[in-house]
Amino acid sequence: MAYEEVINELNLKDTELRLGLPGTDEQAEVSCVKSNKRQFHQSNDEHNLKEEYPPPPAKTQIVGWPPVRSNRKNNNKSVSYVKVSMDGAPYLRKIDLKMYKNYHELLKALENMFKFTIGEYSEREGYKGSGFVPTYEDKDGDWMLVGDVPWDMFSSSCQKLRIMKRSEAPAF
Amino acid sequence: MNYFPDEVIEHVFDFVTSHKDRNSISLVCKSWFKIERYSRQNVFIGNCYSISPERLLRRFPCFKSLTLKGKPHFADFNLVPHGWGGFVQPWIEALARSRVGLEELRLKRMVVTDEGLELLSRSFVNFKSLVLVSCEGFSTDGLASIASNCRHLRDLDLQENEIDDHRGQWLSCFPETYTSLVTLNFACLEGETNLVALERLVARSPNLRSLKLNRAVPLDALARLMACAPQIVDLGVGSYEDEQDSESCLKLQAAIRKYTSLRSLSGFLEAAPHCLSAFHPVCHNLTSLNLSYAAEIHGSHLIKLIEHCKKLQRLWILDSIGDKGLEVVASTCKELQELRVFPTDLHGGGNTAVTEDGLVAISAGCPKLHSILYFCQQMTNAALITVARNCPNFIRFRLCILEPHKPDHVTSQPLDEGFGAIVQACKNLKRLSVSGLLTDQVFLYIGMFATQLEMLSIAFAGDTDKGMLYVLNGCKKMRKLEIRDSPFGDAALLADVNKYETMRSLWMSSCEVTLGGCKRLARKAPWLNVEIINENDNNRMEENGYEGRQKVDKLYLYRTVVGTRVDAPPFVWIL
Repeated sequence: MAYEEVINELNLKDTELRLGLPGTDEQAEVSCVKSNKRQFHQSNDEHNLKEEYPPPPAKTQIVGWPPVRSNRKNNNKSVSYVKVSMDGAPYLRKIDLKMYKNYHELLKALENMFKFTIGEYSEREGYKGSGFVPTYEDKDGDWMLVGDVPWDMFSSSCQKLRIMKRSEAPAF
Repeated sequence: MNYFPDEVIEHVFDFVTSHKDRNSISLVCKSWFKIERYSRQNVFIGNCYSISPERLLRRFPCFKSLTLKGKPHFADFNLVPHGWGGFVQPWIEALARSRVGLEELRLKRMVVTDEGLELLSRSFVNFKSLVLVSCEGFSTDGLASIASNCRHLRDLDLQENEIDDHRGQWLSCFPETYTSLVTLNFACLEGETNLVALERLVARSPNLRSLKLNRAVPLDALARLMACAPQIVDLGVGSYEDEQDSESCLKLQAAIRKYTSLRSLSGFLEAAPHCLSAFHPVCHNLTSLNLSYAAEIHGSHLIKLIEHCKKLQRLWILDSIGDKGLEVVASTCKELQELRVFPTDLHGGGNTAVTEDGLVAISAGCPKLHSILYFCQQMTNAALITVARNCPNFIRFRLCILEPHKPDHVTSQPLDEGFGAIVQACKNLKRLSVSGLLTDQVFLYIGMFATQLEMLSIAFAGDTDKGMLYVLNGCKKMRKLEIRDSPFGDAALLADVNKYETMRSLWMSSCEVTLGGCKRLARKAPWLNVEIINENDNNRMEENGYEGRQKVDKLYLYRTVVGTRVDAPPFVWIL
């Protein structure tokens, strides 16, 4: 009797071997890629499927899917290029935001491109320690300080970058 | 009618323009067949391999306009390998040799060459109209030939083609004396344009009604172009980045105020977010708006524009407009007939831009809606049932749920009932695309209720051959059936071979069809071209003993009166 109580309390579900994303109780849905083996449909048995085919990675790319013409797909890709201007520089540059994973990488790249240093970022006081402040124009047309919002939010809403001279940016 | 002289009958036939009706007329009796064939002006050939140019010319010696279609529809999504076919060259050569006074050529999904365009431009004195949709194989040199030689050209309409842009001077090849341009669409060209030549061309074209620019035409040039062509009805804006160029902005705003004839607006291929407001003054007259390439414009700006477009009949937009934006469309655009919502995030990234709620809102607010193409992340049966009740007038219903096999996200059930409601309510449905988790049941509904259905697109759907059989047996008017990644095999393919004589074509890729099954079909139906497209396993297909059971990667079959085509590449095996 005591043994059974112990077993129940242990919650063996946690140790049960199963195929599926961690944290999910439900059967993981097979979301895409019909493999060439095609055994799934012949047996039509969901139980077999779970054992033979682990769920594919969430964003597997299938040929010709979604059914969108290639010129539309290319159009979306171009969104990540943004113009970068720097006060005092004779011409603008363009960078691909998708090349960077975080603010650190982006700022380093800008420093290299324009040969200057940016300084330390803090939430309260913005950038300290240099004569330049990185700003960007968002989708609503407002000029914002780089670094306030999470990287993903920034990279999807950033339209343009401008490295301002501190003397022209009293608000920052 | 038998007592009228031929000229009178011919005059009556002149009022019949639809090619379907003319085909019917020609079947009435020998006399009508003869009169009809000599008087047919516009010939439509839905599959260029169903007939040969020689037979076309024998039957219709006097036509002026030819429409030809080449590759199957799934070629748009890279499922048909390069070099498969659809060459227009033999057609142009045959027409050039004949005495046909060709005035218009409309091609879709065909391979066109510069040599072909050169021959075309030199062979037909009265050539007026060239419309190329989703074609490839030519460059701006071919366009230069057309510009140089076609003295009476009215329309040069290039839609979504792959053109090798040599950044040349094709626009300056239009002679200075040439003033008859009505339509100029070069939005799909990627390279630089000779802006001076373009401005001079537009300035000397008083009949210009439709102008669609490519991304290399900047804002200041646009302002100047618009200023000298206020009669334009259909405008495609190219690059629209309004840098701090206030002078061009003012010029543009002044020009736009004169655009009282503008009814259709498109383009914005490279666009700054807050530039659409310059067009607000003309929005109240717009009947067609295509912002589906304007990836850089935020939903809020799209909505502000649409709020002014009360007369809109056709709207193509990106899903960044969101459900809220679609609600604005539903409450503003009461004349809306056609809606297309394209995806911005192609890999189901998770930000649910439009959902079933947007679709329901549109169906409730737009009573005249008859055509829809809707890309979304999720759908429910309840929503589809509501849409069917709100809009029983759908002629085209294409729903694409981005994740294959995705069920109703509330009930986890297949979407059979939802699509079933659509086909049952929409008695005039001619075109349908299904998606999401679907069993054989949905095809039972389609076979039972979709009596007018002519085109059906299936992807990742169904359980057994029964699904495909329901469709083949039920849909008497089916013309084009295209299926991918679905478990339909030889039993369904071979059940009723004569059915394919009533259809234009069948496409099946990544299904359960075997080589043996295809061979049996080809034997039973010699009036079909049964093509196997096999890019990878060319050698393995030949292995004796095993080939019968070998699964076929891509099958494309179509009826034809001229037998096996001679221009097939090595990876296409015609059985």
